[in-house]
Amino acid sequence: KDSKSGLALTSLVPYRQDSCIALASQPMHQRSFTQKLHSFMNGCEYRDRVLTMDTMNPNVKRVEYAVRGPIVQRAVQIERELKMGIKKPFTEVIKANIGDCHAMGQKPITFFRQVLALCSYPDLLEDSKFPEDAKSRARRILQACGGGSLGAYSTSQGIEMIRQDIARYIEQRDGGITCDPDNIYLSTGASDAIVTMLKLLVSGEGMSRTGVMISIPQYPLYSAALADLGAVQISYYLDEDNCWSLDISELRHALQEAKKHCSPRALCIINPGNPTGQVQSRQCIEDVIRFAAAEKLFLMADEVYQDNVYADGCKFHSFKKVLFEMGLEYSEKVELASFHSTSKCYMGECGFRGGYMEVVNLDPEVKVQLTKLVSVRLCPPVPGQALLDVVVNPPQPDEPSYDTFIKERTDTLATLAEKASMTQEILNQVPGIKCNPVQGAMYTFPRIHLPPKAILEAKEKGQVPDMFYCMKLLEETGICLVPGSGFGQRDGTYHFRMTILPPKEKLKIVLAKIKEFHQHFMEQYS
Amino acid sequence: MYRLQSLAARSLIAGALDLCTPLTLTSLTGVRHKSQGPSVEKCGQMRFITAEAKASAGRLDGKMREKTLTMDTLNPQVKAVEYAVRGPIVLKAGEIERYLEEGGTKPFSEVIKANIGDAHAMGQQPITFLRQVVALCTFPELMDSPSFPEDAKWRARRILQGCGGHSLGSYSASPGVECIRKDIAAYIEQRDEGVPSDWENIYLTTGASDGIMTILRLLVSGKDSSRTGVMIPIPQYPLYSAAISEMDAVQVNYYLDEDNCWALDINELHRAYQAAKQHCQPRVICIINPGNPTGQVQSKKCIEEVLHFAYEENLFVMSDEVYQDNVYAPDCQFHSFKKVLYEMGPEYFSSVELVSFHSTSKGYTGECGFRGGYMEVINMDPEVKAQLVKLLSVRLCPPLAGQAAMDVIVNPPQPEEHTFKQFHQEKSSVLGALAEKAKLTEQILNSVPGIKCNPVQGSMYAFPRIFIPPKAVEEAKALGMQPDMLYCLRLLEETGICVVPGSGFGQKDRTYHFRMTILPSIEKLNVLLGKVRDFHISFLKEYSGLEWDEI
Repeated sequence: KDSKSGLALTSLVPYRQDSCIALASQPMHQRSFTQKLHSFMNGCEYRDRVLTMDTMNPNVKRVEYAVRGPIVQRAVQIERELKMGIKKPFTEVIKANIGDCHAMGQKPITFFRQVLALCSYPDLLEDSKFPEDAKSRARRILQACGGGSLGAYSTSQGIEMIRQDIARYIEQRDGGITCDPDNIYLSTGASDAIVTMLKLLVSGEGMSRTGVMISIPQYPLYSAALADLGAVQISYYLDEDNCWSLDISELRHALQEAKKHCSPRALCIINPGNPTGQVQSRQCIEDVIRFAAAEKLFLMADEVYQDNVYADGCKFHSFKKVLFEMGLEYSEKVELASFHSTSKCYMGECGFRGGYMEVVNLDPEVKVQLTKLVSVRLCPPVPGQALLDVVVNPPQPDEPSYDTFIKERTDTLATLAEKASMTQEILNQVPGIKCNPVQGAMYTFPRIHLPPKAILEAKEKGQVPDMFYCMKLLEETGICLVPGSGFGQRDGTYHFRMTILPPKEKLKIVLAKIKEFHQHFMEQYS
Repeated sequence: MYRLQSLAARSLIAGALDLCTPLTLTSLTGVRHKSQGPSVEKCGQMRFITAEAKASAGRLDGKMREKTLTMDTLNPQVKAVEYAVRGPIVLKAGEIERYLEEGGTKPFSEVIKANIGDAHAMGQQPITFLRQVVALCTFPELMDSPSFPEDAKWRARRILQGCGGHSLGSYSASPGVECIRKDIAAYIEQRDEGVPSDWENIYLTTGASDGIMTILRLLVSGKDSSRTGVMIPIPQYPLYSAAISEMDAVQVNYYLDEDNCWALDINELHRAYQAAKQHCQPRVICIINPGNPTGQVQSKKCIEEVLHFAYEENLFVMSDEVYQDNVYAPDCQFHSFKKVLYEMGPEYFSSVELVSFHSTSKGYTGECGFRGGYMEVINMDPEVKAQLVKLLSVRLCPPLAGQAAMDVIVNPPQPEEHTFKQFHQEKSSVLGALAEKAKLTEQILNSVPGIKCNPVQGSMYAFPRIFIPPKAVEEAKALGMQPDMLYCLRLLEETGICVVPGSGFGQKDRTYHFRMTILPSIEKLNVLLGKVRDFHISFLKEYSGLEWDEI
């Protein structure tokens, strides 16, 4: 049908004949074709679009990012419908799809915002309402900025003084293991740095194309970046029955399989886990490092949740510290990049897009290339850099803002811990939902049992079963979660990711609604 | 003495390019001050030995673990990327700065960075109103402070209402905060005298660079002769060539006409297009107006010709309009591509795919550090648009502080508002000073024998052509570097002035240029231009063996 009307078009419009003939011989998407026909009927000369689904970068097509995927778009639509007065079985949409603390009502740390306000508008340095420790930090940051302004570009690697502060912070965190400020690169959120490192690592064609090992379930930034870069994704499965822990034999197995069709060169670890909330043991990290050393893998440690550890008996161990404690044999050779961000932990300052990475044992020539690559984007946002500086250089016991700061930080983390255990408890009460302890990070990733009838109906609709489940949940309760399929999961298992971020009272309601929905869903489909 | 000096210069300059070797800083005069470091010859030798040792260690020493990520295994497209604005010369300038800070001596007391359009770093003051709004958004307790004007508070409240949890610390939607997108659309409609702008076509970005990279990424596809070709002006802003290398697209050069004030010549576009069609598929044309690094402002007629060309040849148009407020020449005016497209009639306006870019970094605000920017996307296939949104969502959102700054730029104080007078005065004083500096730069440079500078009609740069004597060209070639790189490195070493060689932007063969910003304060700019003049004259003297009055 398409080709027929395409030919008709050719005879009507001699102009741009080549492309019309090409059009006729090519399968075209129905909708865009009708659109073109429509614009032709309106008297406009027909002109091919340059950029269509057929001509677009094919890697872009393969990119998927569920955290802001179709379900979130539908949630935004529903919000608009509510605003327009359309009746729903609920009055508001609760977005538990993304780790966005402030949007869920968490208050910013006062001291951080004071320093940022002072940096943004230095006239406030004369204002007696601002504490001296905030002023001294703001002055110090501004002195390190070109022209004493947040509005100047910084060096592409980030402001030197801030890199020094970060290095000191890391040294302190890691019990004195040295950190070179020259190994620190500030970034536009951690995502930016992760994508940049992956970009360096991707090369080769066919069998020698770079393979990157990522956990399943994973944070979909990784799969999206790999698709975009045309790298090979190597999935290793976390052990759900064992609190989502990482199993070395699974790593080995995944690597051996992958070696048959690509060249595995990097291993990504998310600790504490996203979406799975596990905190890795020291032993496990040592095993991973040994594995990476033996297999010559570049290690990428995503440690943005390093302050978000809630479970008794769990502790955050940085890959860098463990690496250096394993002795020269490892600490001098294993290449490691670790990532941090202002968006998580107790700060939750996502909007500032602050972040950094530390690179260890990076080849000096490659480092020059890295610096060159980041220079094309000029610099990370300077307010985000300033924020990061205060995060790594917070009020000290002898300073006026210390007490308030500690109180705010402790409250935030304590509330998160409480919500983590509450979420796990309530979800585990629901028949057909099984939830591992939320040891850290900001998410729960419970397994949900879906009856065969529901799976069948989902398939008929062309939906992944957990997407079907989450859509239904959204439509009926206004709760927005992300289906497990967006993160990856073992075949035949279904999950969703929800954040533990809503305020306690709201979280209770959310959990109760999920419970009710799930029970109803089970009744309906069994 | 001359031979020694020139030897010193050679070694130094070679050092500047040899990035991976830690440099010992010796100045041109270093030979005279022995205490400053190892002798120049020795330094050169050491460098050679280090490189050799490194190579052999990699090859022979089996005990050393080969790294996973090396120059051999690095993404080859990353290797191909070049970005001169922050290239070797700027790294060298940074080293000299540190050397001076540590008490080292040079024939100058400070490095003047005229390499990058960084207005605040050059002393330009931020617009008070913009910073007030950003401070209010950052620390909303200030809403109670009587020292902030009501119109600033009103805007801050409105922005915060558009933010999740009323905080700049929440993520925004990936295309940006909705009310800011609406403000931008309203601003564009006003700028373009009523040409409609749909807020859903507006996407906030992390500086304009981010938007440009994202759109290019969508456009690159195909293999070999069907690989996407991207037409860019030469000289160009090297973000374009860098992005094209990184994405492995084909760069299609069209040369601007230096003899005609760097105007875009439509015949040259046809030539470049036809030539490129032999080996790739040209699908995009990039225009920078006002020009960077060339400072020209396109006439309306020229824009019409470009759009007609794009229409005829089925090209996607990317118009980089970040300098839209920076027009200084009295006979020039900024015309947006969108407005011109609209005025060309529906057959153009409903079909030509156009993306235009803007930023908080330039104009009269110069807020580079906030990384604010937006793009307006016109006639994009709806399905591709969905793909664009998806792509943007992976990076979550542009920085909120930058979005807030952008909002103030598109929604500045109005005549009836309290802060209008101050705002207007600050804005005109920045733009007035820039216009003055544009003129001053052109005038002084044109008074130097061997330098020829087109009028700086707009943007923030002069891109003068410099005569480099054949002997200097030979010397540069012997050192394996571009002649204008040699020139700029010498200028940096002798005067502390950091400018970017024309070769970093592209130029016609055997012509040489440099790009300098017009941003230093008037006094400093005067000094700077005087130094450039003196340097140029002595450079000519040195390499042509002529006496002063012969030049």
